[in-house]
This record gives sequence, structure tokens and C-alpha cells, in this order.
Amino acid sequence: MFSRDTWKEIFDTIRKNKLRTFLTGFTMALGIFIVVILVGFTNGLQNTFEKFFGDDATNTLFIFPGRTSMPYKGYTSNRRIQFDNSDLEDIEETFAMFIDYITPRITRSSLVNYKGESNNYTNRGVAPAHQFSEKTIIMKGRFLNENDISIRAKYAVIGRLVAKDLFKDEEPIGKFIIMGDIAFKVIGVFQDDGGDNEERLIYIPYTTRQLIEKGNDKIAEIVVGFNPSIGYAGAMALEKNITKLLKEKKYIAREDRSGIFIRNIADELKQNQQFAQVLGFIALFFAIGTIVAGIIGVSNIMIFVVKERTKEIGIRKALGASPRVVISTILLEATTITILSGFSGMFAGVIILQNLGGKLEDYFITNPYIDLGFALGATLILIIFGSIAGYIPAKRAARIKPIVALRDE
Amino acid sequence: MIEIKDLHKSYQMGSNSLHVLKGINFSVEPGELVAIMGSSGSGKSTLLNILGMLDEANSGTYTLDSVPIVDLNETKAAEYRNKFLGFIFQSFNLINYKSAVENVALPLYYQGKSRKDRNAIALEYLDRVGLKPWANHLPSELSGGQKQRVAIARAMAANPKVLLADEPTGALDSKTSYEVMDLIQKINDEGNTILVVTHEEDIAHMCKRIVYLKDGVIVEDKKVDQVRASQYV
Repeated sequence: MFSRDTWKEIFDTIRKNKLRTFLTGFTMALGIFIVVILVGFTNGLQNTFEKFFGDDATNTLFIFPGRTSMPYKGYTSNRRIQFDNSDLEDIEETFAMFIDYITPRITRSSLVNYKGESNNYTNRGVAPAHQFSEKTIIMKGRFLNENDISIRAKYAVIGRLVAKDLFKDEEPIGKFIIMGDIAFKVIGVFQDDGGDNEERLIYIPYTTRQLIEKGNDKIAEIVVGFNPSIGYAGAMALEKNITKLLKEKKYIAREDRSGIFIRNIADELKQNQQFAQVLGFIALFFAIGTIVAGIIGVSNIMIFVVKERTKEIGIRKALGASPRVVISTILLEATTITILSGFSGMFAGVIILQNLGGKLEDYFITNPYIDLGFALGATLILIIFGSIAGYIPAKRAARIKPIVALRDE
Repeated sequence: MIEIKDLHKSYQMGSNSLHVLKGINFSVEPGELVAIMGSSGSGKSTLLNILGMLDEANSGTYTLDSVPIVDLNETKAAEYRNKFLGFIFQSFNLINYKSAVENVALPLYYQGKSRKDRNAIALEYLDRVGLKPWANHLPSELSGGQKQRVAIARAMAANPKVLLADEPTGALDSKTSYEVMDLIQKINDEGNTILVVTHEEDIAHMCKRIVYLKDGVIVEDKKVDQVRASQYV
């Protein structure tokens, strides 16, 4: 049955029935191609999604001051809350066991000059630990250290794009930039996966920022990195307790919702993961739907192909072909076509996905990809169902009396 | 060679039963050239289909080359057809995407002969019907008479015991018909047993014996003086 002669006969038939071969193969290739592209795009969508939320550490709480919305302990409502250095120390001392690091963040924007090149950049007064919360990657030089903080050094760590804008090809490390009339020495250049805006930032010691602003000790926001081992529930409890501590300290009513805001990345992450999961389900649903559509398409073409060959089957039977031989020939032929075209459709899809990379980022599709095992599985399913779909009419055709088959026009 | 006793065949048409063959008794000796004649509806094609194992009888016995043809499944029937019978159809029934030589080689493929042998034998038979130069042409590139000669070569290629021809000249003009009959006569001269179903009187008289069928029974069975087709060609 699998002799060289059988294959010769099969390839001969395939070659000489170009339209039929094309129709079967095209349906198959198109089906699997669409499955691969669709699944790849959905994966790309998930990538974009993860990229949006994945550039910062996930074990982070952002604490912002607000305005009170109710009077408390003799204070009127609508009072502005202001953090200062002591809040930083209090949180660090009280929750030392649960906290990995803590850093303030004071954000300002100012004109930055270097040798006639100038531009407006956002700068952040931070502590060294800030490097962990933003996952800042140092390309050259170093990040701020504790010594810089205590001596209130006029040091700046600049983003990759700042360096590119101001210094062109010049080496920025050790050079001085003028930021708001004050000279800062560039001690490091960083990159960040969070996108262009994150690479147009300048980090300086928060104490230096306070010094510049008349030697105060005010802090705009506080970033807390908690120990990941406390888990989701621990993070939620920590959030609650920090809020409680700060509310007592700042005389804010416990019920007042607008005195202090905490953004808990762990909580957001959980929601995002749920969203990603829903996206995954949608992707799976699409994939299954496309495979089913592919099966229907391939089955239809198979039924049509066998139907078209009824007379030929009759002739072959009159010449002495047994039903088994008729079925196996038709099936081998169909399976050969579906295997060849199925895999070429699959590889075409995979290659296109690989070459797309970041080209569709504007449409929220980043690095689309398909798991090769999934692609192979989908292709095999289509081939198997295609064969079954071919087998049923082939079997029926082989059972038709040759005299009836011969009458078929 | 062929021995038929009390053969009955009826078709179920909805609630009606159409009795087509009503007890046929009939035998053919080796080397005979028999014409089966009758108007349409007389049952002649049905008889030929049963002889060709393309259709089954309801009752009666059929012996072919001393082999009782009974209780055939499709696989067995296919094997017997391949071994015993060669078919020539009115509409030629060539496979349209295969060349002349490939069509002729097809029954040999089902006999399990090697590709080399098949092609050699097929070419030899094509040569015998005078179509060797057209061996690699597709059926669509051949005339009606040429197609029928390819079909005859194909029927002969498997070296069958009996050739069955169902209206072999039905789709041909008279000149081409005589050419085909000339070929059939020559094949018969070499000792092959041939049955020809026809409704044309002149074609029937080119055989050696005529069996007249009417309403499912044999009404006349006579030997005739063969008219040689070669004189018209």
C-alpha cells in the first residue's frame, strides 16, 4: 500500500489535477494560516498589555497626599496634606519587617542646558532605592547613593534620551548640565523599558531638591517597596496600616477618603492579570473558532473532491480496483495535499509573525508569536479532520456499484 | 466460457418492481463473438452488467471460466473483474487526466505489475490498435474513434478471458464504427471471446452469433455469417 509505485501514482494524480489540488491545499493552508496569525496577534496584544504594566516593580505602593474632605480634631476640611522627611522615617521604622525599601519622590520640571543645547525635562528628587521601584537600568556611570543624599550632592542621573538630545555623541559622564540655573554633574545614564517618556527623566538626590527649595523637608509622594513574600493579602494589610498611621499622624478622619491616596501596584496587577486572563480566553475562543471553521472548509472541499471523482472511481473499480485500494488512494492523496499545504500555511504564518516584531505596536500588538506546539497541534487537528472528512465520502463512493458510478456525469 | 442458467433481475422503483430479466439461459464458448441485440428496455445492458459483475442478479447461476460467480463482495468482484474481464464502454470512460498509455496501464497497476512492465505492455497494446504515436496524448486530444481504440487496448491489456463491449460504436459515426468493429473482429480472430451489446443491425451482423432479447427473455439465438468490417474501411 505504501510502495513507491503507490506514491508515484498519487503524486501523478496530484500534479495532473492542479485546480483540485490548489483548492484543497489553499483551503487548508488558508485555514491554518489564519489560526496562526490570529493566535499570534492575540498573544501580541497580551504582550502589549504586559509591557504597559510590567516596566515597574509590582511590589510597590505609591502614597500621595490629598486634601481633607471633613473637619477633624479642630482642623477644618479642605486642608492640604503635606508629607515630610519624618513620615518617611516613621513608615520605615514601623513597618521595617515588611518593607524592602522606601523612597520619596519630588517631581519638578525645568529647562536643562548643555553647551547651547537646551530642553525642558522632568526631574525627580529621589532616594537610591528608587532605582528598584522603577527598574531603572544603568547604562553608564552609576545611580545615586546614600552619600549623595547625605551631602546633598548636585549630581544628576540622566535618561538615555536626555543624553542623546543634549550630548549627541559626546560622553556625558562628568560633564555639567545647567538645570534651573544650578549646575549638576552627570554621574550616570540610564535606560528604562517603560518607553520614551521614562527615558527623558533626570534623577537627583531628594535632599538636593529640598536644599534648592529653601532648605525645607517637604516630600511630594512616597514610594514603598514591600517584601514580595508577604503576598497579596499582606500587601493589602500593609496598605491599610500605612494609611492608618499617616491618618493619625496628619490628623485626618478615619472615614476621610481624600486625605491620603495609595496606589497599590499589587492590587492593580491582580486586576490586570484577570484582564489578561479574559484576553487569553478570548484568544482561545478565537483559535478554536478558527480551527472549527477550518475543519468545515477542509471537509467541504474534501466532500466536493470525492464527489467530483465518482465516475473515475467507477472506472477504476471496473478495471479491478478493490474498495480498499480506492479509499486508500483517495485518502493518501488528500492527506498528502493537506499535510504539505497545512505545514506551508503554518510556516508562512509563523514567519510573518516573526518578521512583524514591533511593526504593529501602534495597533497594540507587540512581538506577536505563536507557541510552536500549539501551531503544530492545530495543523495536525486540521489534517486529521480533513482526512476523516475525506474518508467518509470516499468510503461511500467506493461502496457505490461501479455501474452507478459510471453513470455519474 | 460463460454459463448462465435461469437468470432473473428486477429493479425496485419505489413501490413498483420492474422485472427486467425473466429467466435467461445462455452460454458462450471460448473464441465466440456474440452480439446481444434488442430495443432499449429489452434488458441487454442489464445482462451485460451482470456478466461484467458490475451488477448482481436476483436469482440464477452464473459460471465464468468454470468459476461460480456467487455471493461476491466488492473486493472479490474487483479481483474477478481484473482477472477475467475487459470492458469497452459506449462513452469510452477513459480517465481524462491520464495519457493514453497511462489509461491502458491502469488495469495492470491493479494487478500489481511494476511500472516498467506496465508501460511496456501498455505500449505494446497501443501499438496493436495503431495508436503508439499517440501514447502520451490526453483523451481530450484524441478523436472519438481513437478514444475507443485506447479503451479497447485498455480492455485487452489485462489479458482477460472475456471482452464485454456495451454499445462500443454507439457514440461513433458509421465509418469510425466499422474501424472499431474491424479491430474487434481482428481481436476475435486471435481467439478472444467477445460479447457486444448493440442495437444496430449491421454491427450485430459483423459478429458470428446474434442473441435477440425482448422484454427480458431470449427470443432468438442464431449463428450468422460474419460480415467483415474491413471491406467498409
